Amino acid sequence: MTETLAIRDLHVSVAGKPILRGVNLEIRRGEIHALMGPNGSGKSTLGLAIMGHPAYEVTQGTVELNGEDLLALEPHERARRGLFLAFQRPVAIPGVKMADFLRHAASNIRNPDRKEGEELIPMRLFRKELKEKMRQLRMDEEFARRYVNDGFSGGEMKRAEILQMAILRPKFAILDETDSGLDVDAVRLASQSIAEIGAREMGILIITHHEQLLEHNRPQYTHVMLGGRIVETGGPELAVELHKQGYDRLRAAYPEAAAASDALAAAVAG
Amino acid sequence: MIAMTETILQSGFTPEAFEAFLASRREPAWLTLVRKEAWDAFEETPLPDRSLEEWRRTDLRLFRLGAFGLPRAAQSSHGSADQGSCPAKAADGRSITAAEGLLERNVELAGRLATWDSQTASSVLHEEWREKGVVFESLDSAIGQHEALLREHFLKPVVDWRADKFASLHAACWSGGTFVYVPPGVNVNLPLYTFSLLSPGQVDFGRTVIILGEGAEATVLSETASVDPGAPGLHCGAIEIRVGPNARLRYVNLQNWGTGVWHFAHQRALVERDGQLQWTIGALGSRLAKVNQHVALIGPGAEAQVNGVMFTEGKQHLSYHTLQHHQAPHCKSDLLYKGALQDKSHLVWRGMIRVDRDAQKTDGYQRNDNLILSDTVRVDSIPGLEILADDVKCTHGATSGRVDDEQIFYARARGLTRKEAVRMIVAGFFQQVFDRITIESVREALGDAIGSRVRECH
Repeated sequence: MTETLAIRDLHVSVAGKPILRGVNLEIRRGEIHALMGPNGSGKSTLGLAIMGHPAYEVTQGTVELNGEDLLALEPHERARRGLFLAFQRPVAIPGVKMADFLRHAASNIRNPDRKEGEELIPMRLFRKELKEKMRQLRMDEEFARRYVNDGFSGGEMKRAEILQMAILRPKFAILDETDSGLDVDAVRLASQSIAEIGAREMGILIITHHEQLLEHNRPQYTHVMLGGRIVETGGPELAVELHKQGYDRLRAAYPEAAAASDALAAAVAG
Repeated sequence: MIAMTETILQSGFTPEAFEAFLASRREPAWLTLVRKEAWDAFEETPLPDRSLEEWRRTDLRLFRLGAFGLPRAAQSSHGSADQGSCPAKAADGRSITAAEGLLERNVELAGRLATWDSQTASSVLHEEWREKGVVFESLDSAIGQHEALLREHFLKPVVDWRADKFASLHAACWSGGTFVYVPPGVNVNLPLYTFSLLSPGQVDFGRTVIILGEGAEATVLSETASVDPGAPGLHCGAIEIRVGPNARLRYVNLQNWGTGVWHFAHQRALVERDGQLQWTIGALGSRLAKVNQHVALIGPGAEAQVNGVMFTEGKQHLSYHTLQHHQAPHCKSDLLYKGALQDKSHLVWRGMIRVDRDAQKTDGYQRNDNLILSDTVRVDSIPGLEILADDVKCTHGATSGRVDDEQIFYARARGLTRKEAVRMIVAGFFQQVFDRITIESVREALGDAIGSRVRECH
């Protein structure tokens, strides 16, 4: 049976304010989906809600991974089931070395029943693996010794997210604007890196405004989110169209969703 | 082998008890005089209360000095004397019952000294260092062996024994303790370690005196702990350090008393010309602690690095008052205290950089960061500068903050449990001060002790 991440009629509120208003999306392992849409349409909310951020309250709907109710699980349990979120804004943890952080993460995810205090992956073994992955991603070895996202440039943070994904090898990954803040060359490198770490074996949802990130990861499906709903789904050609022509056609077709989206974007900006 | 005879002097701090204490010690007359003078000061001085600025945040109303008594007197004897509750007797110095300190794990030592309720239990210094003239033994026994050296020290002590009632009480009644002397030019390249244990209801009046001659080098690790982690006890102590010209001392002091112990201490170091002191305090234990940690840079080019690692929980109240006193020009002092608090604990840091008129080209720095792990803690962080010279660089900073929920979520999204995430974030918080501590066993001991204390965090 194909492994599936199924999102059905998902409604999410933040501080009592509805953001997602009935999202339906099914991703099978091995598929790449692109999720596009203007600011404020709810794309990041979808990623954070699926991962279980406590500020994002699911008021209706389900999220299932291979039939299991993910919403009943703690964020760390979701991660251990094989779910990964590459953060749009990764968080710095000063004083904690990337290598130590990832060693804990990998030990938990590869041994989901691990209790705190139980053995970690042996240091030498993990260092070797990390070094190889960093070489593959053309990252400086120094990276492993730096503190998690602390003082990283925008580009370094995004590459660190890809490195984490490479080490943790999730079944399903949501990449939230892994291209934002990067120049064209950096986006190309990121796109290539995502492909190199075996994206094809995962189910991936790529949230992006641009098509460059999709260059090496051509999506089978492109979804457009507007006003907290997926209003249109198409093939890879839809991503190209949106990148070239913007959202005007869709705004005209879905005026109510466009208005909701604009209101939220304005609220966030304000 | 020396056995101990004990005379219990548990009648509180009365003049009669003090006379009996003096009689039991059979010390040189000059020392008895010093003690008597301090005793008079103790009797004349009231217990500090919150009307004094330094005690404003520290409430002693539940403290009953009368609940404790003078240190038990130890006497040498050769008979089959009653060994009482002092079971630490092995010649290898490694067997204060089953107790092994945190700082000595996997560490090769130059010497080890164990005390129990202010009595010396065992004392070892490897021959190599003895031959080079290094002294490492209890202060009690050193008084007999090195009277000239210590007389000079005691007549001009480093700590002001009139500072408050506790300083006077300690000066009158100190017992046991540690004496470290490293002759000029000698480098003791392995740590000297002291471990002091306290039994339920007992007192520790240990005094530490460390003297490094010109160009000498040493590392001294001191650790204190309680036999029963919840039992009451009283520590009233003093630490006196003299770092000679061009000498280098690394000193680590880990207080890991049980949570029933009242901990009062005056600690002061003098650093002479081009001397270097690295002084690290680990503060984990005690019910209430009031500690004065002073560093005086008295010769040109002297340097002091002061590190503090504090973790409080339950209803602990820890109050640390630091002074970086620049008395000579071209000196450098650098203080970093970091504390994490959970439950209803209270941590006070009050720091001062004082620069005398002649101390030009001073480079002084102090910083205190606190991490708040629950809403019910209280933290007071009060930096201060008093500068009389006009060509100096002095800066200070203080921060207090909570563990960030976004950090916790980020780590949970990578498969760490909430608790694991918080522990990792707390460890990261202390990393900056651990990076300054070059002794691995100290970093590990503090890291493990803190890690095991962190619970949930809201």
